Amino acid sequence: MTNWQKHIGIIIPLLVIAGLMLYPTITGKAAARETAFTILKAIALASSLNILLGYTGYVSFGHIVFFGFGGYVGFYLLSSQGMSLWICILAGGVSSGVLAFLLGKAILRLRGAYFALATIGVNEAMRAFINNFDLFGGPTGITLNFKAYLAYGGAAKALEMAFYVVGGLAILAIILSYIIRTSKFGLGLLAIRENEDAAEVMGVFAPDAKTWAYVLSAIIPGMIGVLFFFKNGNVEPHDAFPLHASIELLVMVMLGGQGTVLGPILGAFAYQGMRGYLVTSDFFKDIQLSVSGALLLIIVLFIPAGAVGWLRQRFPILRRVLA
Amino acid sequence: MQQINLLLASLPDGILLGFVYGVAAMGLTLIWGVMNVINLSHGPIISLGMFGTYIIFIKLGVNPYLGLFIVAPIGLLLGILIYTVAVHRVINAPHLSSLLATFSVNMIIIGLGTAAFTTSPYNVDFNMGSVTLGSTTLLGTRLIAALASVIATGSLYLFLYRTRPGKYIRAVANNRSAAELMGIPSSRILALSFGLGTMLAAISGALIATFFPFSILSGGGYELKSFVIGVLGGLGNPIGALVGGLALGVLEAIVPAFLETSWVPVIEFGLFILVLLVRPNGLFGAKQ
Amino acid sequence: MKRTLFNLFALLVVFSLALTACGGGAAPATEAPVVEAPAATDAPAAATEAPVAAPEEVTITVGFTASQTGAQEVSSKRQVNGFNLWMNQVNEAGGLTLSDGTVVKFAAQSYDDESTKERVQELYTRLITEDNADFLISPYSSGLTAAAAVIAEQNGKLMITTGAADDDTYKQGYTGVFQLYTPGSLYLTSTVDMLKTLDPAAKIAIVNESDKFSTAVVGGLKPYAEAAGFEIVLEEAYASDTADFGPIINKIVDSGATVVLGGGHYPDGSTFARQLYERKVGIQFIGILVAPPDSKFSELGDAALGVTGPSQWEGKATHTEEEANGLGIEWFGPSGEEFSAAFEAAYTDKPTYHAAGGYTAGLLLEKAIRDADSVDSEAVKAALDATNIFTFYGGIKFDTSAEAHGLQVGHSMVVIQWQKNEAGELVREVVWPADVATKAPIFPITAP
Repeated sequence: MTNWQKHIGIIIPLLVIAGLMLYPTITGKAAARETAFTILKAIALASSLNILLGYTGYVSFGHIVFFGFGGYVGFYLLSSQGMSLWICILAGGVSSGVLAFLLGKAILRLRGAYFALATIGVNEAMRAFINNFDLFGGPTGITLNFKAYLAYGGAAKALEMAFYVVGGLAILAIILSYIIRTSKFGLGLLAIRENEDAAEVMGVFAPDAKTWAYVLSAIIPGMIGVLFFFKNGNVEPHDAFPLHASIELLVMVMLGGQGTVLGPILGAFAYQGMRGYLVTSDFFKDIQLSVSGALLLIIVLFIPAGAVGWLRQRFPILRRVLA
Repeated sequence: MQQINLLLASLPDGILLGFVYGVAAMGLTLIWGVMNVINLSHGPIISLGMFGTYIIFIKLGVNPYLGLFIVAPIGLLLGILIYTVAVHRVINAPHLSSLLATFSVNMIIIGLGTAAFTTSPYNVDFNMGSVTLGSTTLLGTRLIAALASVIATGSLYLFLYRTRPGKYIRAVANNRSAAELMGIPSSRILALSFGLGTMLAAISGALIATFFPFSILSGGGYELKSFVIGVLGGLGNPIGALVGGLALGVLEAIVPAFLETSWVPVIEFGLFILVLLVRPNGLFGAKQ
Repeated sequence: MKRTLFNLFALLVVFSLALTACGGGAAPATEAPVVEAPAATDAPAAATEAPVAAPEEVTITVGFTASQTGAQEVSSKRQVNGFNLWMNQVNEAGGLTLSDGTVVKFAAQSYDDESTKERVQELYTRLITEDNADFLISPYSSGLTAAAAVIAEQNGKLMITTGAADDDTYKQGYTGVFQLYTPGSLYLTSTVDMLKTLDPAAKIAIVNESDKFSTAVVGGLKPYAEAAGFEIVLEEAYASDTADFGPIINKIVDSGATVVLGGGHYPDGSTFARQLYERKVGIQFIGILVAPPDSKFSELGDAALGVTGPSQWEGKATHTEEEANGLGIEWFGPSGEEFSAAFEAAYTDKPTYHAAGGYTAGLLLEKAIRDADSVDSEAVKAALDATNIFTFYGGIKFDTSAEAHGLQVGHSMVVIQWQKNEAGELVREVVWPADVATKAPIFPITAP
């Protein structure tokens, strides 16, 4: 088997991203770019969450805290300290990673539903804290002065650039996810997912492995946060830490199939596509949440492995292709 | 000592609210205790209870306290329905499955509720007069709500300890497989427990609606409070939930005496995480 | 193996594109406005239909989101009703005629933003990129408008903001956002002036919603009240979704305040007023933002009695052409009586300031297009920059400095109070400034 065939599992995911990044250029519509941006952002976030959820089995209900916290730190440096977007994106990623490291040391000791509850608590506590934190503007948040876009060739250019950056971050998330999945570290994580105590006996040092998985799953959401707030020009506590968005990410990962590289991508794609359709259709606008809910229920009850998981189970031949 | 006056004025209110919070949390913690499921549809069911009061009082003109006797059985049946449709299949699956299953019920209820009531705020504006005690004024609606909460708690206790289905519930909570061996129909008992949990949530919502404005999304806030209370009192311990509810009510009354009110949620959730880490079975010595 | 792979990939691409297409372009571009239009008029033709006989008639699409649902529902609906009234009047009158003979008609494109910022940004992007809106009107409330303004500015669209008073949005370096309301920092300053004549020794508790608008109001109020010699005994901000004001009211009592100033938007403001009343705390004067000037506030019954609030416009103290002539400023548009009568005829409801604001947003756009004699964005923008007019709603003039471009500098507010008339019904009376007041203020509302 050639080297190329060995890594066939990453080909499809990358092609999907490439397609998404080219789609607005091909259609030439600004609206298409907005749609593609939302999907790429969801892919990057869902793939990151999958590193924790899919590989270690720990259910984080408050993963959006890393998006909000990293985003806030980076956006603060951008708007108040005038640093360049690139440094701020890095700072957002690093601060989220550090937060995950410290948090992980504490709350990853909890298992099952207790961990899930703790992550909700962390998200809410962080939101309430930022709400009182004057450096970050308290409840009224931070607004970017419009002149900041000039450094990137004006608002129109800046938006276009943000689109390619989010695509880049999505690719980064997928490659990270793929590397972990095919590494020895990833195998250790999967062992923790199946049986944490047994994994420890087999020589996986679970506390460290879990913490690093948590850190790796937090970095890209922090970077996305900075970019997203930069694109929107402002941020307030309640749009930085939306609990429902956290749970939507779980839904995407579940839809596509947890623990696979392709799963979160398909899940994000399908969920955002569906939502985009439902929200603007006259008939479904009001009950779009109900339709999404019913769909989720069916998947949870009948196809718990998600689309990719189900395909892998039904057609073993696909296992190499659908990583 | 100006703070003392302020505390004395605020405490009674906090305690009265605490009872109502306690009933909401009891619903959540009962379900956890019996079947280890965190019911993420708890919040929307509280909202439905609120709209129950709204429909009964504003549309039908029935006294909201009499309305409780309509809201409660509907809550019970709704819970049994939710259990049968969404929870039963995943009762033995990993936590993620039951969390997501109940969350999808959450989405369905909020979606339908938004279609029916929109997300705009509603008001019941029910006035039961007030009692002035020294420097503090107690509102009639809150006094009655606290009383109703105590009655609901007492009835639950009697039900769990004095009736056959109640004893079955405790048996299933203790050890489901052993209970099944004893011939207890565990599926039906689980459904009943889930129904009781949602019934309590609906009752608390119906009571809250008599004094606070609400929307279909309001339940979310009380669901989070229920998590905090549940963890304070020990998840799975209904009486602990009442104590936890009182603790939260008092906390909400005390904190504003020293800090801006916006710090209340920071302290609430900070405490929540701390208790989870240090004493996951609750502050008040709950069961294992 | 390779063949399977190819098939799979093809399938995936088709699937992806289909989904994206659904997500992106499924909604009809010619969706009817979601607001209830007055029955008398035909729904305006969809904007995106190409003008038939080219230079003679153009239809301008005005895009905005409305909070049909959610916390801002009450005020937002009034604002949209006001705007639609203007649009229908202009279209019924045959549109505007420019000097080259072009007839300009207007069509509205709007969506429900559910009072959430997330939806606002999504929908304004949609209004601009898919519905090709020519001009934008803001949503209701400062928070939502700040979110919409970024999108408008990024895409180079002009936006007239109404129902959006905070000052900060106009200090972000925008050049195409124009504010119709008196800025937030001035909302309660006239109330302070009035208070000075009523009780210069009053102790003030400032209790406000912690959002952009109310924070801006307090930012102006606090130094102003202090400079006027008042003692501020309590400052407290509360979250927008606060339901229980009990702890805050206890703090107010404890602080020894005699006057409460603050509030935020309709839902929290009315709840706050109700709970202040229920607890019989003996406050002598209450000044609350946004909620009191709304007619719906009277539903609070006795809790509304004596509550005051700043208003951008009142039917009882409307601005007149004589006033404009006296000031030497150009008058434009209908009189206040004409506006009120038309509004009542269309919606069987007396207009509030939010309705007047919505109407005037349209009126301002009309005036700017007339002055520019063009519908070109740049020309209209120049006309807006040069605007200095007087309407029934009051003066309109914008700051054109780089620091605060678009900030309203020509408009002033009045203070209203809920009082009882001879029949014992609650009515909204103008109590300040003294020269336009319809009644003397009730003070104190409860004996000290």
